[in-house]
Amino acid sequence: MPALAVARFERRLCRRNPVLGGGRKERAVRRATTVGRGAKPPAECDEVPLRGATLRGVVGTLLEVRNLQTHFATRGGVVRAVDGVSWDVREGETVALVGESGCGKSVSALSIMRLVAAPAGRIVGGQILFKGRDLLRLGEEEMRRVRGREIGMVFQEPMTSLNPVLNIGRQLTEGLEIHLKLSPADARRRAEELLAMVGISDPGRRLRQYPHQFSGGMRQRMMIAMALACNPSLVLADEPTTALDVTIQAQILELMKDLSRRLGVAMLIITHNLGVVARYADRVNVMYAGRIVERATAREVYGRPRHPYTLGLLRSVPRLDEPRRARLTPIEGQPPDLTRLPPGCAFAPRCAFCVERCTREAPPLAEVDAGGHVSACWEAARLERVGEPVR
Amino acid sequence: MALNPPIDRAPEIAAAPAPDGWLTVVTRFCRTRPLGAVGAAVIVLMLVVAALAHVIAPYDPVANDFGGMLAPPSRAHWLGTDAFGRDVLSRLIYGSRTALLVGFGASVLGATLGSVLGVASAYFGGRVDLFLQRVMDIFLSFPLIILALALVAILGNTIPNLILAITVPMIPRAALVIRASALAIREMPYVDAARAAGFRHGRIILRHMLPNVMAPYLIMLTAFLGQAVLLESSLSFLGLGVQEPMPAWGLMLRGAAVEFAEAAPWMAIFPGLAISLSVFAFNLFGDSLRDALDPRLRTQ
Repeated sequence: MPALAVARFERRLCRRNPVLGGGRKERAVRRATTVGRGAKPPAECDEVPLRGATLRGVVGTLLEVRNLQTHFATRGGVVRAVDGVSWDVREGETVALVGESGCGKSVSALSIMRLVAAPAGRIVGGQILFKGRDLLRLGEEEMRRVRGREIGMVFQEPMTSLNPVLNIGRQLTEGLEIHLKLSPADARRRAEELLAMVGISDPGRRLRQYPHQFSGGMRQRMMIAMALACNPSLVLADEPTTALDVTIQAQILELMKDLSRRLGVAMLIITHNLGVVARYADRVNVMYAGRIVERATAREVYGRPRHPYTLGLLRSVPRLDEPRRARLTPIEGQPPDLTRLPPGCAFAPRCAFCVERCTREAPPLAEVDAGGHVSACWEAARLERVGEPVR
Repeated sequence: MALNPPIDRAPEIAAAPAPDGWLTVVTRFCRTRPLGAVGAAVIVLMLVVAALAHVIAPYDPVANDFGGMLAPPSRAHWLGTDAFGRDVLSRLIYGSRTALLVGFGASVLGATLGSVLGVASAYFGGRVDLFLQRVMDIFLSFPLIILALALVAILGNTIPNLILAITVPMIPRAALVIRASALAIREMPYVDAARAAGFRHGRIILRHMLPNVMAPYLIMLTAFLGQAVLLESSLSFLGLGVQEPMPAWGLMLRGAAVEFAEAAPWMAIFPGLAISLSVFAFNLFGDSLRDALDPRLRTQ
């Protein structure tokens, strides 16, 4: 299975890059040597290579969200759940969207799938470019073919995200039959492969079982198998481990990371768990009150946070390498009411670095460091001097 | 933390005991709900009689015997004969076919179509829901029998039309109940997951949501069975249902049965008993099934 999948990915890769012809071995050698900067157009070279062994050097942007705005009409006014957010995911990359509850992470993911609950929720502006196509301009039928087929999704609650009255096999083969037009027998074989791939033993027997016969971790494995069933190029994982206990969380994340690498699938992990980010994400977008406040590589975000909110998040996480009596520093105050955002920076009322300008003018996302590290803070420079390196 | 057991045994925990066999389920139902079991037994008996009518009926149900008109129950005619000399028992036996065909046909159709509409209404929500519900309200404003009467009058009284006429007033009643259950299903993440998997609306409604409202569906279905049988008998009694000489219970109660009610009471008593017994059996079974499937709906 893994060899097969890698071969498939290589084929996909070569279709995109006619330069990379030749035998498999030769290709692999060339790939290894071009990792980093070699084949990249100059415009994309601002990113520091993250992991030596990945294919990142030769791949381009898969998903680009531009100035996305998703609003909800409520009785209390318009909630700007996602308020002009831009970010991107490159092929094969793992990107994290981090923030506390209600900051617009999940709504961002639902917006990409165009599954924001109408009529209250509406995408009012922006573009979602997936493989060069604007998903917001697709017809409902075209969009349906993108869902599940090209973009898979893993939900937060494995307990309730599987249909209790349909057996595992039925739920896994359905998408294969619809999107890939596989025959029932082929779909069944592929379903067995998929279950084995996500580490469920005895897949033949498991396919005949129902979700209540699966444990939480196994259900989430099953969700991952469903998301990956049709060979999508992007998987959106909305809090994939929140409902699981800690040891299972690690297993699931390892599995996702491993599959993402083996199959060359890009992942968007939505989480409020900074531990997840540190270990599994290549790049991190920190969201606050419907906006991105900081974006950098995972290493940068941990080592040199340049936004007070990020710093606050990091300081509120217990650390194993500090004395046990050390107190955690919570972020004071409450997240703002999204119907009445302050005119300046949304974080200003809770911010220790707040200056007079912050309450007047909202800071734009600006580059604070080489390597694409951006932060939306007027005082980012001061933060560099003040904020002690966290790791 | 140290108290937590190791997690690696998940597959063993997850392997739930095998689901009960149908025999166990049936035995448990009979033990805990004896009245329902009696109802079920009567229904099964009726089904067998209807299926084997041509074998067990002693006479041809439409054969006239003008020599033996209005004969009282005897060894030759266990339940007597009617004004045309036809054997009442044979007509009752064949009449069960009509009753069950119309009863099952109309309630299965009504409950199914109503469920699909109810689930669709809940799934789409918004304006679709509002529109469908108002249409249902209009239909619900007519009593069951008035609507059925009007439909038969318009369509003409053949058996398929009779089924249709009884189906239509049942649809909004089923839709109302099923919609309430489906609204809860609509909010389940697996419905969103099905949307995110790129399935069509129709597939999500029929394959993913409908099976989840099976319990209220079965309850509606059994509740409709008794009503449908009664309604068919009523329509036939009023002359708008099954037509002579076809055997039907409601039909046997009208005409000569009224005229000779005192001289030949067996003509009216036995069909009346058949109707009462079958409706009673359906209702007993339906109530027990409802209690077994959905304790929340139990009548106070």
